[in-house]
Amino acid sequence: MRDVAIISLGQTDHARERNDVNDVEMLMPVLADAMKAANITKDRVDFVCSGSSDYLAGQGFSFVTTLDAFGPWPPISESHVDMDGAWALYEAWVKMQSGHADISLIYAYGRSSPGDIRRVMSRQLDPYYTAPLWADPVSLAALQARAGLEAGSFTEEQMAEVVAASRRNAKANPHAQLSGDAEAKALLDEDYFVSPLHKHDCPPITDGAACVIIAAGDVARELSDRPAWIRGFDHRIEPNALGVRDLTTSVSTRQAADKAQVAAGGVDVAEIHAPFSHQELILRDALGLGDDVSINPSGGALAANPIMAAGLIRLGEAAARIGRGEADRALGHATSGVCLQQNLVCVLEGE
Amino acid sequence: MSEITLPARLDDLEMVKSIRTPARLEYDYMPGAAPSRFLQGVAQKRLLGQRCPVCRKVYVPARGCCPTDGVPTEEEVELPHVGTVTSFCVVNVQFYGQVMELPYVSALILLDGSDIPLMHLIQEVDAREVHMGQRVEAVWVPDDEIGPTLESIKYFRPTGEPDAAWDTYKDNV
Repeated sequence: MRDVAIISLGQTDHARERNDVNDVEMLMPVLADAMKAANITKDRVDFVCSGSSDYLAGQGFSFVTTLDAFGPWPPISESHVDMDGAWALYEAWVKMQSGHADISLIYAYGRSSPGDIRRVMSRQLDPYYTAPLWADPVSLAALQARAGLEAGSFTEEQMAEVVAASRRNAKANPHAQLSGDAEAKALLDEDYFVSPLHKHDCPPITDGAACVIIAAGDVARELSDRPAWIRGFDHRIEPNALGVRDLTTSVSTRQAADKAQVAAGGVDVAEIHAPFSHQELILRDALGLGDDVSINPSGGALAANPIMAAGLIRLGEAAARIGRGEADRALGHATSGVCLQQNLVCVLEGE
Repeated sequence: MSEITLPARLDDLEMVKSIRTPARLEYDYMPGAAPSRFLQGVAQKRLLGQRCPVCRKVYVPARGCCPTDGVPTEEEVELPHVGTVTSFCVVNVQFYGQVMELPYVSALILLDGSDIPLMHLIQEVDAREVHMGQRVEAVWVPDDEIGPTLESIKYFRPTGEPDAAWDTYKDNV
């Protein structure tokens, strides 16, 4: 395998609504920040890969126009996934393995404010049985949380602890949308939003974007003092139909973690893409993380959830901990689909 | 593929051949900073473009970014209301929602001092006389009807000037 490392991350200051800019205007400074941090100009980028969703934008082929934020001239080599940018990073990593690129720029963006996000997200369900019910992601996450609580997999107190930790950690993250000192006990006293979920168990509605740059071998060493080398990378998917899988566990995460060799060497820090509080508990278990692992020091998706970028940000944040010398082995995780249907695990190491 | 055999208890049931599951989603579309600036200009009967600091091209309407260089186009440039037809089509076919009388002409018009044409209508001239290189000017709706929309320009019409030289618009056809 060719050594490839994450060398920089750029992201927006995530907000409830960015109606002051269009997608291109939102992306330009993020790409510029990431390239500046990687000490490169755009002529050094061999491959561009992006992740976004036309359903969020409410426009067909919206990703084509946002390429303007990079400036695709002279003609560039690029690709796009209608997935979280973490999967765009995976595609770029595969491309790097082929030897056809030494530096790749990956960006992802999503704004949830233009549409009714709960209705929009219901369109990812199967069109025959579930989508006509307009089952929304909050209600489906509540089903999953209920199943987990009834099975004894976790408690409401543990869910509140996840939220309190996220808010606390996010105080050190200048890009976070939600942060602060919240006591788990006080959180439990709040009204239910969609039982058994309180509003704080759900991700904020976010407009935002992120950009990650990866480089191979000596190019990464040239550009970064401490590259975060990708040592394990895998993603797995489960059926879309909710009735055919056990919602209280995450088989696909466990399999991806096995393939990415999370257990071999353990990790110091894990950035887990868990939009709902109980999902962090399910994922921690599936990833086999012990109590000594620092979980979501950025605050995670409960602190800011730019859909399509939130997973890519987890990988970038995990790499940034290595870059700053705060960790030697880190895990980045991304999820997609309903109730943790699809999961990606990336293991990163410093030298 | 082998034949699918249904259980006997389903023998008398009619097969579902199709279903209808209507879906409707509504969005509030945000034009962004640069397009908003352009539309606000139109509401004041002004045509505002933006210049790229790298390649110096002027875009109108601007989207806030040079699509070649990937940098913000922050320098505002006020453009005249006259330009050159770089390409056009004569619409002869009726379609649903049509408001124009046939035949009519849609054209790409390169405003003087800009580097990308904008699309608008050509009127006050026989459709057969519209041609590439023709010089045209904007005709605005009455002042009390002007708003932040390109419909504030009713159409463009020939100025009667001699045709523009090919070199002045050859990069925009």
